[in-house]
Amino acid sequence: MKHITALKNSLLISFWFMFLTFPIMVIRVNTIENVVEWRWMNMLYVGFGSFVLSFVWRYLISRKEAGVKQAAAADTPSKRLTERLLTDSAFYRPVQIMAAVFFLAFPLIFSTYQINIMTTALMYVMLGLGLNIVVGLAGLLDLGYVAFYAVGAYSYALLNHHFGLGFWAILPVGAILGALFGILLGFPVLRLRGDYLAIVTLGFGEIIRLILENWNEFSFGPSGIANIDRPGFFNIDLSLEQVTVYLYYLVIGLCLFTMVVVNRLKDSRIGRAWVALREDEIACQAMGIDKTKTKLTAFALGATWAGMAGVVFAAKTTFVNPASFTFMESAMFLSIVVLGGMGSITGVIIGAMILILTPEYLRAFSSYRMLLFGAVMVLMMVFRPQGIIAGVRRMYHFPVKQSEKGIGGS
Amino acid sequence: MDYFLELLIGGLTRGSIYALIALGYTMVYGIIELINFAHGEIYMIGAFTALIIASVLTMAGMSGLSVLILASVVAVIYASAYGFTVEKIAYKPLRQAQRLSPLISAIGMSIFLQNYVLIAQTSDFLPFPSLLPELPFMDAYAQFMGSSELIIVATTAVMTIILTLFIKFTKMGKAMRATAQDRNMAMLLGVNVNRVISNTFIIGSALAAVGGILIASHIGRINFYIGFIAGIKAFTAAVLGGIGSIPGAVLGGLILGWTESFATGYVSSDYEDVFAFALLVLILIFRPAGLLGKSTVQKV
Repeated sequence: MKHITALKNSLLISFWFMFLTFPIMVIRVNTIENVVEWRWMNMLYVGFGSFVLSFVWRYLISRKEAGVKQAAAADTPSKRLTERLLTDSAFYRPVQIMAAVFFLAFPLIFSTYQINIMTTALMYVMLGLGLNIVVGLAGLLDLGYVAFYAVGAYSYALLNHHFGLGFWAILPVGAILGALFGILLGFPVLRLRGDYLAIVTLGFGEIIRLILENWNEFSFGPSGIANIDRPGFFNIDLSLEQVTVYLYYLVIGLCLFTMVVVNRLKDSRIGRAWVALREDEIACQAMGIDKTKTKLTAFALGATWAGMAGVVFAAKTTFVNPASFTFMESAMFLSIVVLGGMGSITGVIIGAMILILTPEYLRAFSSYRMLLFGAVMVLMMVFRPQGIIAGVRRMYHFPVKQSEKGIGGS
Repeated sequence: MDYFLELLIGGLTRGSIYALIALGYTMVYGIIELINFAHGEIYMIGAFTALIIASVLTMAGMSGLSVLILASVVAVIYASAYGFTVEKIAYKPLRQAQRLSPLISAIGMSIFLQNYVLIAQTSDFLPFPSLLPELPFMDAYAQFMGSSELIIVATTAVMTIILTLFIKFTKMGKAMRATAQDRNMAMLLGVNVNRVISNTFIIGSALAAVGGILIASHIGRINFYIGFIAGIKAFTAAVLGGIGSIPGAVLGGLILGWTESFATGYVSSDYEDVFAFALLVLILIFRPAGLLGKSTVQKV
């Protein structure tokens, strides 16, 4: 009986979706030649797909509900496998070493094309880790993160174009400018709550892009700036291939730097203040944490990495224009953090690798890329809000003395 | 003076559309405290459905008012169906989740719907047939206000009045107000909260679709991306007026429309969107509760 109702529901759902997608999926109008194209096959696909997916959906929902009950029933949540992999050094050391060897040997094994793709992916790791500070740790939903990326890229492009300054001189400048813009955005939005904050940061990102697009005297408008210098290496002229490898190691170095800093920040006083702010703003203030300072440092530090990544981006592509800094980029950064796991460094790395490398290697569905991003964001929030790898909070365990067990034994 | 009048009417038209979309934002926010990012996409899907149906009907040999009415009815039904489905998939499972989760889910839904239309239809701008009829008595005022502008403003006014009456006097409207005030209490008193939320999405989506059809036939072309910017601006309008308040949404829409119209007319047309966003940032800094909104003290 249970199965029959489930079957009936699924059939209803599949009919509903066939109805819902009918005008957009089936009919395509060519207004120039006045022809209507009927794509009935699509309706079949939608019907079949939603029929199957409704079963998966129902199964996952029931599993999620069972999981919630289980967690409520058990007093101490048992350590999951992923958690053990992250906290037990016997598990994660070999993995770390293997990953390190793989990334260091990467340019020796693979072609220039592959190295280029990997460099891009690593840049996104940097950006993801930076955004992770703001979204994952401090819980401030920033939808305009691309603005700081643009600030970094344009600061290198413009300073290089006008004054011929090199990559290494601009890298810290880009980082500092990013931080300054972070504070600039941070000040007005200090009083705003989550959802208002999201929309204001989104507006801020769009303002920066529109200014870059329209202020021709300053930013050369939509045509952008070309022929930006690649990073120099002790005044030695490098061939294109060598530059690619050099940039790869440079980005690896920056990634490591980011990881170390973020990891240290996470457990520092300020990092704990961010987490407290994320969990409960009022309680956090009651504990004597300066809300203004905490929020501003989160914005500034998050933006610093975006600024640096922007400088690297400009140096890598040797060309910047406003079209590279749309809201879709911000959405991509956010999906990296969400997919990987908010607050988790390993998660963000895995998230960036999946989201950047999969579309590159599976060209067939590259046009479905953004569609899948959107779907992933929704599904992750519904079924696994903590991401692939949940951020593990450092816990201090105190040995409970026998005599105290009765009093504070929870 | 003529130029001023032209801008005034232009702003009024623009503001009316913002108001129509803003009503959906404000109603949803009032009830479940969620910025429905996908709302702009519903508006876009409404416009696309109207375009598709109208084209098919025109090619089948129909013309005139019947095309407008049929296409609008179908578009409104479809937009409502999309709004309903989006709520069931992306928001309902997240009722009890942290604040950030439904917001990210909403952004995901918005990206999904945009790309769904992009892949299933086209990325190009499509010409939208001018469905709105020409009113002969407007010829005398043609230099200030075309018939389509008059129709837009009038439709918005009528829609707002109907909505206000609906919320004030019907049983469902009462249930909506109760749910907005205190969801748990409403549930205890026998209000079917799930149905109220579904209805809110359906009504908001229908209004967005009406806005989509009106603006598409006024401007004359659409693509998959129109929902994004329109959505943000309508949200600005809703915040400007005080989110959760229906007269506030209309007021906010009109102020935003005029701001844009006058700023582009007298300052510079390149920065049209910058003015809207700057206005949003300024309001949120100085009056986060909006013009007609009540500022509430957060209780623990």
